[in-house]
This record gives sequence, C-alpha cells and structure tokens, in this order.
Amino acid sequence: MVDLFLVLSGITVALAFGLALYRFVAGPLAVDRVVAFDTLTIISVTGIVLVALAANRIVYLDVALVYALLSFLGVIVAARYLEGGE
Amino acid sequence: MQELLGILGSFVLFLGTLFLLLGGLGLFRMPDTFTRIQAGTKATTLGTLLTLVGAALIMPAWAIKLFLILVFVMFTNPLSSQYLARAAHRAGIKFRAHTDHLAEDGEDLA
Repeated sequence: MVDLFLVLSGITVALAFGLALYRFVAGPLAVDRVVAFDTLTIISVTGIVLVALAANRIVYLDVALVYALLSFLGVIVAARYLEGGE
Repeated sequence: MQELLGILGSFVLFLGTLFLLLGGLGLFRMPDTFTRIQAGTKATTLGTLLTLVGAALIMPAWAIKLFLILVFVMFTNPLSSQYLARAAHRAGIKFRAHTDHLAEDGEDLA
C-alpha cells in the first residue's frame, strides 16, 4: 500500500518537474526562469524526501535540508541581481 | 496502529504531490510573470508541507527532522516569492490584466 503510493507520488513529482522544466527552458523573461528554478528546487526537495522514504535512510533528509537552504540563497541572489540592487 | 498511520500518511503524501503537479501546471499555463510567481510558489509550498506531513506519518521516528525541513520551507518559500515579485515589478515587467495595485499615479497600466 505505502509502496504503491510512493510510486504514484514519484510519477506525479516527475510530471510536475517536467512542466516546471519547460518554463525554465522556454522563458521568455529572466524572471520567469528564476521562478521556474525556485519551483524546480522545491519539487526536488520533495523528490529527495520520497527517495529517503523509498530507501529507508534518514541521512537523505539532511541532503534535502541543505538543498532547500542553498536554493533559497540562490533565488535571493538572482532576484537581487534582476532588481539591479544597490 | 502503525499500519493505519502508514495508509493515512501515503494518502496525505499523494495529495501533496498532486498540489506540486498543480503548481507545475500553473507555471506551464499562466499568462504573465506575476501569475506564474503566484502559481509556482503558493501551490508548491502547500504541496511540500503536505508531503512532509505524510512522510512524518509514515515514519514517525523521522518527525523531528521532517519538521525542521517543514519550518524552513514554510518560512523561506513565501519570502522568495515576495522578493521575486518585487524584483519583477522594479524591473518594469507589466501585468497582463489591469490589476496592478502597486502602480504609481500617472503610470499607465499595460
């Protein structure tokens, strides 16, 4: 039961990743790409949690936490650059 | 008990990934940048929170670490959404619809 739902969730996450990846490639503006990057990293955090559940290893949750931290910093830096910061 | 929690957790987990799919679909279909920011960050925040809660129900021993990720995502994702929207507004990107409540007086709406 749990395994079946893990597989279904994995397929749904992959579909969401694909849709966001289209926006990341197609643009058309730089801000659109940064938004798509933000969404992609959030979807990836969920994907890492799913992998941790499937592999039954708690260590992967640390990876998810650090990934979320780095993606947040990346998005903030990109947004400041687009803003033409002071 | 553990069985029941596992089944409940897998339903919540799957619901969360459906919200992620909705966020991706919004990012794919929405007409302008601001609606894309809205779809791509609000829906995915809820989706990630639901997924983490579902994972905590499946694996109660992991709850503390999952709660850390949950709090972090809950605080940073809306923040980056707001920051991106402000950057887009200051970069002069126009709204597609006439809904720019942040426009200064005399600034023409796109």
